[in-house]
Amino acid sequence: MYDLIFLILFPCIIAFILLLLNNNRIRHAIVALAALVISAGSIYLLVSSFTQGTVYYAFPFEPTSLVMFALEMGIALLLLYLGVRFKQPVAVLLVLVQTVMMIYYEITWGMTVEPEMNLFIDQFSIIMALLIGIIGSLIAVFATSYMDTYHSHHHEVRDRRRMFFFVIFVFLAAMFGLVFSNNIPWIFFFWEVTTLSSFLLIGYSETEEATNNAFLALKMNLLGGIAFAGAILYLASVDPSGGLLELDALLASGQAAAIIPAVLICFAGLTKSAQMPFSAWLVGAMVAPTPVSALLHSSTMVKAGVYIIVRFAPVLAGSLAGISIALVGAVTFLLASGIAISQSNAKKVLAYSTIANLGLIVACAGVGTPQLVWAAIFLIIFHAVAKSLLFLCVGTVEHRVGSRDIEDMDGLIVRLPKIAAMMFIGMAGMFLAPFGMLISKWAAIEAFVVAPFGLIFVMILAFGGAVTVFFWAKWMGKIIEVTPFGENIEDTVSTGKWVVLGSLTAMTVLAALLFPLISSYLVEPYVLGIFGETARLAQDNVIIMVLMIALLLVLPLSYLSYRKQGRTMPAYMGGRPTTPDMKFLGSLGMEREMTTRNYYFAEYFGEAKLLKVGNPLCILLILAAVAAIVGVAL
Amino acid sequence: MISVLTAVLYLLLAPIAGGFIAGIDRKLTARMQGRVGPPVLQPFYDVAKLFEKEDVTVTPSQNFYILSYLVFMAVTGAIFFAGGDLLLVLFAFTLAHVFIVLGAYAAYSPYSYVGAERELITLMAYEPMIILTAVGLYLVTGSFYVSEIAASEVPAALYLPGVLIGFLTVLTIKLRKSPFDISTSHHAHQELVKGLTTEFSGPTLAKIEIAHWYETVVLLGIVYLFFGFNPLLALVAIAVTYFLEVFIDNTFSRMKWQWTMKEGWGVAVTLGFINLAVLYYFYLGV
Amino acid sequence: MAYLKKSPWLIHYDASSCNGCDIEVLACLTPLYDVERFGIINTGNPKHADVFVITGSINDLNREVVKNIYEQMPNPKVVVAVGICACSGGVFAECYNVSGGVDQVIPVDVYVPGCAARPESIIDGIVKALGILEEKRAKMTEMEAVHA
Repeated sequence: MYDLIFLILFPCIIAFILLLLNNNRIRHAIVALAALVISAGSIYLLVSSFTQGTVYYAFPFEPTSLVMFALEMGIALLLLYLGVRFKQPVAVLLVLVQTVMMIYYEITWGMTVEPEMNLFIDQFSIIMALLIGIIGSLIAVFATSYMDTYHSHHHEVRDRRRMFFFVIFVFLAAMFGLVFSNNIPWIFFFWEVTTLSSFLLIGYSETEEATNNAFLALKMNLLGGIAFAGAILYLASVDPSGGLLELDALLASGQAAAIIPAVLICFAGLTKSAQMPFSAWLVGAMVAPTPVSALLHSSTMVKAGVYIIVRFAPVLAGSLAGISIALVGAVTFLLASGIAISQSNAKKVLAYSTIANLGLIVACAGVGTPQLVWAAIFLIIFHAVAKSLLFLCVGTVEHRVGSRDIEDMDGLIVRLPKIAAMMFIGMAGMFLAPFGMLISKWAAIEAFVVAPFGLIFVMILAFGGAVTVFFWAKWMGKIIEVTPFGENIEDTVSTGKWVVLGSLTAMTVLAALLFPLISSYLVEPYVLGIFGETARLAQDNVIIMVLMIALLLVLPLSYLSYRKQGRTMPAYMGGRPTTPDMKFLGSLGMEREMTTRNYYFAEYFGEAKLLKVGNPLCILLILAAVAAIVGVAL
Repeated sequence: MISVLTAVLYLLLAPIAGGFIAGIDRKLTARMQGRVGPPVLQPFYDVAKLFEKEDVTVTPSQNFYILSYLVFMAVTGAIFFAGGDLLLVLFAFTLAHVFIVLGAYAAYSPYSYVGAERELITLMAYEPMIILTAVGLYLVTGSFYVSEIAASEVPAALYLPGVLIGFLTVLTIKLRKSPFDISTSHHAHQELVKGLTTEFSGPTLAKIEIAHWYETVVLLGIVYLFFGFNPLLALVAIAVTYFLEVFIDNTFSRMKWQWTMKEGWGVAVTLGFINLAVLYYFYLGV
Repeated sequence: MAYLKKSPWLIHYDASSCNGCDIEVLACLTPLYDVERFGIINTGNPKHADVFVITGSINDLNREVVKNIYEQMPNPKVVVAVGICACSGGVFAECYNVSGGVDQVIPVDVYVPGCAARPESIIDGIVKALGILEEKRAKMTEMEAVHA
């Protein structure tokens, strides 16, 4: 038990040290040290706990809930102050509603209701803890040197690095708390802390755009928070003894009893994981410094949303509300993938791809068969690793090239060869066989075929998959163009960043290689424990996949033989003599330059166009889910 | 379930079969145009010649992508003929294709760049229908394994007429036949030069040709799966299919890429979806 | 083995021809002459081509283009100048902007005279070129052997 508490409290302590500390070099050292301790801690957790199955702990300190309540009120006051200061009436209203709900809960039940088993650990929590502990701390290390470069590039931004790292580590603590809590009001508390962290970090640069986007994120997440609070009030009123406020008890209480709070909490999950119609906040959140996008808005915080939905998968399975929620995810997956085609801003492409993949996870969890839950958990793992790598690479490229536009990334393999190779691996991890995401998509297709309403999901997956290939492959093509001009500018990247990027690249490949082990030691036991049956890929297929990865690792060796043989000549330019920087004489002797541009299909896949379809459709589906539970309640 | 022997046989024999099919294709085309046409062995002469030529590239990395293309196209077919999972076959197929597209991108040439982008469009156009084909075969035969689908006694083609027509439509896209030869083709294209393959020459181009032979055999193998209940009928169906492809190639002019998208996705959401929906309703009672 | 002769792919470039010879070159592809019988394909891409068929004379504007196309063809390669203009500049030889035949900028292997050159003689010229192509290939492999 103490390992869990350590993982929650240690980042908090580090956070406060970093808040008080102004020396940049010591900050670098402390962050690196803390990252080492936290990742070692989460690995220790894996080693010590993966054989134990699910274990519940009673937290030894009685007034914890009170402390949390006090902190919650503090957060509410802070948000109220900021809301008033920046004239955001809607945000103020939402904070007030939520605060009133929580005060009501605390007065009516808070003193009497006390769930006993507050903390727990199972295989799914271990997986989440590993992602938070390892990826999260790697990103924190990356952030130290990233923020140095950030401030040397952006003199107009006030240096609030103390606040920045404080929030980052508080956030890590909250994420650990979220995945280890069995007490639903506790989960809610940690949930709110992540919302606050995201709000503060999005607004880091204090520009008008950043502030507005931060409030947008806050408002949408508060909507989810209100639903979450509603679920807590409901549970307390149904069972005043507080028994149902324990997650395991609630999940075990059966669909009839749990479906109403499940849908409310899943609604919160939908807002947190930026499903349509709430996708706007995550896209807006891309104004934050890139490590924030990597940590909060792709690999961990938004995963909290799908984490909770996957937890509730057994309750949702086979219900009309579950299907509706799954369809929200599926529609989001399809449309967000489509929108990604039309974006040339690299971070927006990553954001939409994140939204899309979260949608796929929601779709899997909402339908909730054992195979689909298996696929959903793997999607969480692979996506976290590859996407954080991609975000950090884009951040590094942005600082070197001076742009985050994909059209400015041609010839990246010439200018930043190692970074480009890492991005290549990250992208391959996102959409190509035999890497992770594809394994999960494959399992998802096979599972959806036999699930209720399976055909709709299969159709959506077939189209969404095709669209995904298009937008990744064209970006991949852009970075691997070998331009005859351009110089290697890679030596300006600091060692710390290399370590982080290298580790994440290695993890992307290792996750694909080790997935049979992850499956049999972590994911399968979890699915077995929940459903009494489990899923896995056939042995033959696993062998073929591993062979394919081996081939992919061996094939680059063929480079060694190309150096010697063969002549190179410039590209064919219609017979026109062309200079190495691709300039040639056009008609009437005018000098022209050859440049290449990707297709974006704005007329088919434009953001506004698809959101116009997606948002109303998803609102309708959410209303359908609500109608379904109202039907149950009546 | 997996048979290594058939996979090895495929690796050895498919280039021969694929080359012959390409030769027959050219002969048929010539006859349809009132010409005598080249010898049936012409594709083999072409490839042998390409290996005799100088090895020239724009950038050495092209070699790597094309080698990977060839290797994974062979792997795709090997999994297929070993009787492996049809979805895995399709994913390996996509992987192989992404490699040739990347090879074209790597050259930083305007023509191969446009060719690469267009190849991706065709990839996006045919992929949904191909996935639905696998799903349709699963619904009818109860397995994703090629070996079990091929051995199934169920007359899949009768249950899957819409899916079959849809698959044949995207097969035209896949084989880069007119009207869908937007990325590259065997005929000289004025505005794109040779599109996707513009910057490949000599041995590299030869590898692309061999990969194409491997590919043709796999694609025709999928046609076989629809008629697995009667191998003789299946062979006839493959012959008819290929004849139709050549016929279409010679009777259509090339269309814009928008058409490729509309055709590919159109058949998937109409023929594919309706066919599968009916199957779901009657067969599974869902 | 000499597969080059069995599969000569060509690229056709119209330097400054009056289109007379170009029509005749294209006539070779029609069912009447059907050069594909010999495996000949008009590729339209120098990087795929073995034979460079060029019609019309060299002038100041196309000089660099002809050179560039020739340089972009992988070895071994041959050049066939089709029509009298390509051979020597023909009646345009004295024109203010014409420098003469193709051999002014690149080495020509076979000259096919005529105004316009007849399809039969064009085919004949290309077949002659194939012999030279084969010689060049033999020389190339020898050189490679020496270097190795």
